[in-house]
Amino acid sequence: MNTTYLPSDFLPIVVQFGLAAGFIVLTMIVTHRIGPSRKSKMKDDPFECGIEVKGDARTPISVKYFLVAILFVLFDVEVIFMYPWAVNFQNLGMLGFIEMLVFMALLLSGFYYIIRKGVLEWEQ
Amino acid sequence: MELTEFVIKSLVILVIFGLTLLIAMYSTYGERKVAGFIQDRLGPNRAGPFGILQPLADAGKMFFKEDFIPAQANKWLFIAGPCLAMLTALMTSAVIPFGDSIRYDGLEVAVQAVEANIGILYVFGIVSLGVYGVMVGGWASNNKFSLLGAIRAASQNISYEISMGLSIVAILMMTGSLSIREIIEQQHGGNWNIWYQPLGFIIFITCAFAECNRTPFDLPECETELVGGYHTEYSSMKLGFYLFAEYINMFISSAVISALYFGGYNYPGMDWVYAQLTSAFGDVAGHNVATLIGTAAFFAKALFFVFFYMWVRWTLPRFRYDQLMNLGWKNLIPLAILNIVITGTGVLFLKPIITALLN
Amino acid sequence: MSPTLSLFYFLSFLTVLSALMVVFARSPIHSVLYLILTFFCLSGHYILLNAQFLAAVNIIVYAGAIMVLFLFVIMFLNMKKEDEESKTNLTKVAAVIVAGTLGVILVGAFRKSQVGTYNPYAHDSQVGMVESLGHMLFREYLLPFELISILFLVAMTGAIMLGKREVGERHF
Repeated sequence: MNTTYLPSDFLPIVVQFGLAAGFIVLTMIVTHRIGPSRKSKMKDDPFECGIEVKGDARTPISVKYFLVAILFVLFDVEVIFMYPWAVNFQNLGMLGFIEMLVFMALLLSGFYYIIRKGVLEWEQ
Repeated sequence: MELTEFVIKSLVILVIFGLTLLIAMYSTYGERKVAGFIQDRLGPNRAGPFGILQPLADAGKMFFKEDFIPAQANKWLFIAGPCLAMLTALMTSAVIPFGDSIRYDGLEVAVQAVEANIGILYVFGIVSLGVYGVMVGGWASNNKFSLLGAIRAASQNISYEISMGLSIVAILMMTGSLSIREIIEQQHGGNWNIWYQPLGFIIFITCAFAECNRTPFDLPECETELVGGYHTEYSSMKLGFYLFAEYINMFISSAVISALYFGGYNYPGMDWVYAQLTSAFGDVAGHNVATLIGTAAFFAKALFFVFFYMWVRWTLPRFRYDQLMNLGWKNLIPLAILNIVITGTGVLFLKPIITALLN
Repeated sequence: MSPTLSLFYFLSFLTVLSALMVVFARSPIHSVLYLILTFFCLSGHYILLNAQFLAAVNIIVYAGAIMVLFLFVIMFLNMKKEDEESKTNLTKVAAVIVAGTLGVILVGAFRKSQVGTYNPYAHDSQVGMVESLGHMLFREYLLPFELISILFLVAMTGAIMLGKREVGERHF
């Protein structure tokens, strides 16, 4: 349709955001108001299938999850670099394709190293 | 942007917003009916004829339940979790073109909130924020089961986002635009992307399942291992928001799938229908009716995929966590990269040959 | 005041406010959430500049990926009230010195830098779209682009080195 994109195109997002936020706030207030509220010591405890609660849930977790998050950041940035390339792919032609192949080869060698190092082994 | 255009767009947003909520609501009913059909049961049939009022009864029940906040939880973050999940789910539909355009008073307004150059990237941006609702809610509950559910859900979502992004790259290479409207318009005339990108489609739909936390990837909320996953401590409409957000995400991802791979609001024989309508009702009314039919086709496609989600849920068993991560990292990412290379070679070498042969 | 200008001031106010809240919030989780809000405001600025691709990338990479990592680290490290030994006077003085030096350097850099001018009549409003950006990146800045992949490789190996398992760790 239009080929010139302008910042004012984004105005309707404000409407959508307002609608969504209004709906959420209203629902939250209504459900908070009309529900009953009965407190007791046992009920306020975290639910652990009836077993007595020991400590709280502020505990360190496996380093694997952090590694997954770090790798995600790296790969996400790589994917972001691919978008401008993919959009221009037919203009860039053969040279662009080779450029990206080199880029992906380096990425895949890193990926291979990660797999060989056993970072993504979840069994152990 | 002129005022009339803005008002029409706001109305479109309002209608789409209402439809999204309605569809999400009736997806819960549909899911139970489908489950009943697959398991040779009746499903809900007491509230109203065929149980059609069941979602209303469920919503009413949710509202009247106690809005419980555990003593050890961080109160505001506990409230913020489901709100964030719902907000991200409701914001995604802004860039999806649900139909061609409406002609009114000499103006031509697209049936879409925002026609942006970034289109699909907006969807990814919002989807990548969906993980906050789960993480904030699960951590703020201060419950070990919630914590485990939250961290698993977050790891799963971020792992499958990569292959999702990579599978889109192959489509962008063919269309040369990030705008979803542009992608749809290039699929005009049965030229759907699914014929060119079967592998990309399989990768994308797998990732969509994982992003929506649907079976076979519903580990974050699996009942047997982790009680109830990240929303163990939630009750009332806060729990309702988490469940509702899942259904909205399901509908939105179905809409994205049908827009990217199944031609969006295109349907076979639409040019003929358009010509008939414009000759019968005139340029303006005929165009608007044609747009309406296209929108109906779009919704039909999206609803089929919603049904597909349910079909899979009641057919396949759940993955184990290591299987899930292995599938995401070791299979889907290399496959998606392979798909990009294949598409690149196809566009560069096969396309000139085929066009030369055809001419 | 034109609508764009008032929108700009409103966004700037929101950006600075949420950035300040990042610093002043007591709980680190709140800081992270305010930081996400700050990134959204920055994306709003990018959209006002009609740099739509940058706006999307800012949300996907910063708000969607890096902040998730931050949240992982903050939420799941052992952060109890007891271990606040890192807030001695020495660290406070050191922090003030470091931040002050950085501030001086930044002010100096801003004073020295020259703001590029442009001709509003010849300016192409579509220059920030993904098409022209990709053309620039893959034609003129090809070498930096390929070097980035090596940077990624280094980062990957670094992450794996950091994540080595030590004996006797307790976690689940």
